[in-house]
Amino acid sequence: MKILVCISKAPDTTSKIAFTEGNSKFNEAGVQFIVNPYDEWYALVRGLELKEQLGGTVTTITVGGAENDPIIRKGLAIGADDAVRIDGQSADAFAIAKEISNFATDEGFDLILCGKETINYNGAQVPGLIAEFLDLPFASQATKLEVNGTTATVECDVQGGSQVLEANLPLVLSAAKGMAEQRIPNMRGIMAARTKKLEVVPSSGAANNSEVVGYSLPPAKSECKYVDADNAEELINLLRNEAKVI
Amino acid sequence: MSVIVFVDNKNGALVKSSLEAVNYAANIAAAKSVECIAVSCGNLSNEALQVAGNYGAIKVISNNTENADNSQIATLVSNLVEANSASIIVFSHDFSGKAIAPRVAAKLDAAIVSGVVELPNFDAGFTVKKAVFSGKAFANYKVNTDKAVLSLLPNSLDVTITDNVAEVITDNSDLGVSKLVIKEFKKKGGEGVIDLNEAELVVSAGRGLKGPENWGMVEDLASILGAATACSRPVADIGWRPHHEHVGQTGVAISPNLYVAIGISGAIQHLAGVNRSKVIVVVNKDPEAPFFKAADYGIVGDAFEVVPKLVAAARALN
Repeated sequence: MKILVCISKAPDTTSKIAFTEGNSKFNEAGVQFIVNPYDEWYALVRGLELKEQLGGTVTTITVGGAENDPIIRKGLAIGADDAVRIDGQSADAFAIAKEISNFATDEGFDLILCGKETINYNGAQVPGLIAEFLDLPFASQATKLEVNGTTATVECDVQGGSQVLEANLPLVLSAAKGMAEQRIPNMRGIMAARTKKLEVVPSSGAANNSEVVGYSLPPAKSECKYVDADNAEELINLLRNEAKVI
Repeated sequence: MSVIVFVDNKNGALVKSSLEAVNYAANIAAAKSVECIAVSCGNLSNEALQVAGNYGAIKVISNNTENADNSQIATLVSNLVEANSASIIVFSHDFSGKAIAPRVAAKLDAAIVSGVVELPNFDAGFTVKKAVFSGKAFANYKVNTDKAVLSLLPNSLDVTITDNVAEVITDNSDLGVSKLVIKEFKKKGGEGVIDLNEAELVVSAGRGLKGPENWGMVEDLASILGAATACSRPVADIGWRPHHEHVGQTGVAISPNLYVAIGISGAIQHLAGVNRSKVIVVVNKDPEAPFFKAADYGIVGDAFEVVPKLVAAARALN
């Protein structure tokens, strides 16, 4: 099994969201960066479990500059065998997916695993784009993945429930909650990660089909209106007659 | 010229999130003085397809291939984009949109902006606003290509419904071989249970309920209101409730009209999944619970006393 896991840098889930330079850039001051949780907890860990079960290798891939290296080392500490960083400054998911596809096209990966979306851009685009660029089946929003020989069985979230699907490898998959459980790297993993191979490859120069030109914050929430606990019934009245939602 | 919108179906009818997308596409088409054309894949009756007209589609092009996968539907949509000279292709940012829209963008070398929350602005080129940072901010995206794929965040915009009926046109093209074989469909919950992703009203509870045996009153309130049930992450992780009910940054993100949080403190990761709800109600015995800062209505009190009162009041209302 040759497994590729796409991992991306994201601000820690507790980060304050603020912008600088006329609201054109995310304010990184004081922000701790982590591996995007969907990429790490679900895609990477399931990739490692499959490697432990079936043998093979797990490689992570990230598009971006050297500022990504700490989160790439984290992926290696959790258990990835090696890592690739495509040295580019892509601004949109289209370019990132194109870079990854250009790299993966002749590498013979059996599985390309991604998180279902990043927690900063919430695009849910990269895995589907890679699948189409490489003309591969795409299991979207998958919560289970089993591999038997050259056949993958997946369970994917769909409207009103889930579908159990079968596909021939190679397969591209976007992972959602349920796929695996978070793993905390141990000291041995952290030490080993320092010497594992992190290959930096040049960008293939994929174009940005879109770009962010400005950010804004939602309007401040109005004050909470309190209802006395002894008179809780009044809440139902307010929801019907004031908020008009029930 | 045209704007093309993909419409998904379930149980023989077009789904709500798709119809919202039709209305969005129709508004873009009106701004550009072009036609809005809906594209459907599956075996649906003419009556079911014509409903897209109520939401603004002039035509519905229907291919009756059953159980097509995301690759086949992307082929269908892309071919129709070329045949109808469409420059904007709209999806809902729901499960099917997330599976198909990126494939269409890749085929057409089009920009893709997903989770959009407003109509595009064509004053200076083409920009469109989408939700980012798990609902904590918005980003304005500039489209750099001739074609753009947009997917609309469900329940983001009001819809306008008319009596107009769409003309149904049959497409008999061969969509090729499916790359995914469907083995089984598993319905979530039992009969009559409302799907969290489609729900307009959601009643959610957390660790404050002390144990899974106490969820009866939450389910009662949800059932009387016609709401879906949800939960916080710890509750799903310790197995009190199924994973698919977990709303939050690493679970499901929802944007219902009403979100009622019972015994949930409101950690920032939980808020990220629900902060696009239109009205938030918080019931918590801790007056310092951070969730009250995000709430429209709050009750400081013990869930075991407050919720039965809400159940009784809601029952009396109906």
